[in-house]
Amino acid sequence: MIKSLTNVLVLLSTVLSLSVVQADNRQLTLTGSSTVAPLALEIAKRYESLHPDVRIDVQMGGSSRGINDVRMGLTDIGMVSRALKPTEQDLTPFLIAMDGIGIILHESNAMSTLSNVQIIDIYTGKINNWQQLGADDRQITVVNKAEGRSTLELFLQHFSLKNSQIKAQVVIGENQQGIKTVAGNPGAIGYVSIGAAEYEQALGTPIKLLPMAGEVATVESVAKGYYPLSRQLNLVVKTKPVGLLKKFIAFAQSTEVRDLIDAQFFVAPLNMESKMDSKVE
Amino acid sequence: MHSNGSRVDRRLTILLLGMAGATALLLALIMLFLLSEAWSFFANRWMDGSWLQLFYSQNWYPLEGQFGMAPMILSSLAVTVGAVALALPLGLGSAIFLQFYASPRSAQSFRLLLNVLAGIPSVVFGLWGLTRLVPLITSWQPPGASMLAAIVVLTLMILPTIALTSASSLASVPRELLAGSTALGLRRNTQILYIILPAARAGISSGVLLATARALGETLAVLMVAGNVVQNPSGLFEPVRVLTANIALEMAYAMGDHRASLFASGLLLTVLVWLLSWFAHHVSRANKQERQHG
Repeated sequence: MIKSLTNVLVLLSTVLSLSVVQADNRQLTLTGSSTVAPLALEIAKRYESLHPDVRIDVQMGGSSRGINDVRMGLTDIGMVSRALKPTEQDLTPFLIAMDGIGIILHESNAMSTLSNVQIIDIYTGKINNWQQLGADDRQITVVNKAEGRSTLELFLQHFSLKNSQIKAQVVIGENQQGIKTVAGNPGAIGYVSIGAAEYEQALGTPIKLLPMAGEVATVESVAKGYYPLSRQLNLVVKTKPVGLLKKFIAFAQSTEVRDLIDAQFFVAPLNMESKMDSKVE
Repeated sequence: MHSNGSRVDRRLTILLLGMAGATALLLALIMLFLLSEAWSFFANRWMDGSWLQLFYSQNWYPLEGQFGMAPMILSSLAVTVGAVALALPLGLGSAIFLQFYASPRSAQSFRLLLNVLAGIPSVVFGLWGLTRLVPLITSWQPPGASMLAAIVVLTLMILPTIALTSASSLASVPRELLAGSTALGLRRNTQILYIILPAARAGISSGVLLATARALGETLAVLMVAGNVVQNPSGLFEPVRVLTANIALEMAYAMGDHRASLFASGLLLTVLVWLLSWFAHHVSRANKQERQHG
């Protein structure tokens, strides 16, 4: 009786110590940007299905929380929806996707380009008719995104606006809703993820994407990093990744997750493979 | 035999009591959940003394700490009242037609039509509104996404509810009333207006209540066509944001106080529906008493 009990105890302690040793190679935690999180979650799910013994936990909390948690060692990977600042050079970023938004107008709109100042004036209500910009006499319908959306955040940040300064006529949630709203209103202006707009345009939806600062709004331009109204989506780590950490980051940067990036209307960065090689090794 | 029957009865009573209790418990748990999620929000507003702002501030910028819910409460009410005001005469008219004027064959196909209308998912109404109705209004009065579009879509959605419940309560009016009034030589329209409709009033008003609650709670279809700008409902062609659309638009990306404020607006909506049903219950009871005494 006592012997069998001892056996059980020995067995138990062996299992426990084994699991402690292997914990690092079976479990990963990601925290940070709510923009990156949905993509990271999809990538994590696919990784788990390929490696059934691995558990990956994804938690939201904003890019700054991602940075903080990585620094404090509270998480393995931080998710950050921007490039790292000069004060954050103690961390190493791994680019997994680009997020770009395009300004869209109805196809019939005579405007072919808008300056940053003109866009700001339209969105703050200083300009409310296309005639004021030399196009047809038509009331402008400003389409804005709902509070909390990452596209709104990027838009506000790029044009240095506060959401309370924007005088919108329509507020939307999903990209699709914005595209349909602009397609059904010749006087509308909106902004959506470039991937979504390009896709709909190819299907014949009557919208057009405006260039920003001379750069055409295409997925390709975002991927190359030329297009200004865009940002990086990064996975950030503190120490040189080894083991599971290294494998997961390599997976997240591989072509195996390309369809997941496209499905979220993000853009896969070009030359992914070479970047991965130079950074992980 | 008798004791056996009563035992079955007792078992059935316990079973039904359990089911009713589970329903009540579920509701209580939902309320508790809403309260606990919204609690921090109310507590914070109470602490810094800005809780009154919820009801008079016009500004909803949760990321900048401004939480004015009044425009959305008013918009929810305005859109609902508008839809019920349109759907009630249409629905009641349909029910009277169905019950008293339609030939059996046309009544059958009309009833089928109403059932189909009742079964259309709200996202379909929303898509139709977004791609057909809103552009139509835009060509007339931009921006198109407006209170009017929301009212029209909601009217279509609640019309079958009002028509079908009204028709069934008209059908359940005792035949003797109809026979008696026919014997008195009353014309058909007099019969309907003064005998049948008053007798069916309770059923009709509970149908209207159901429809009102649905209109207040409808989210997706309204979100797609109403424009969703937070402002007081000042005109039919102005965009508005209703409480439910606000929750759906922002919940996926909300954190902290912002998230709690959305639960608070959900709580508010629930309270609104409760007040409404309490009011309706009160009115129908008053009616009943009046009829018994007079």
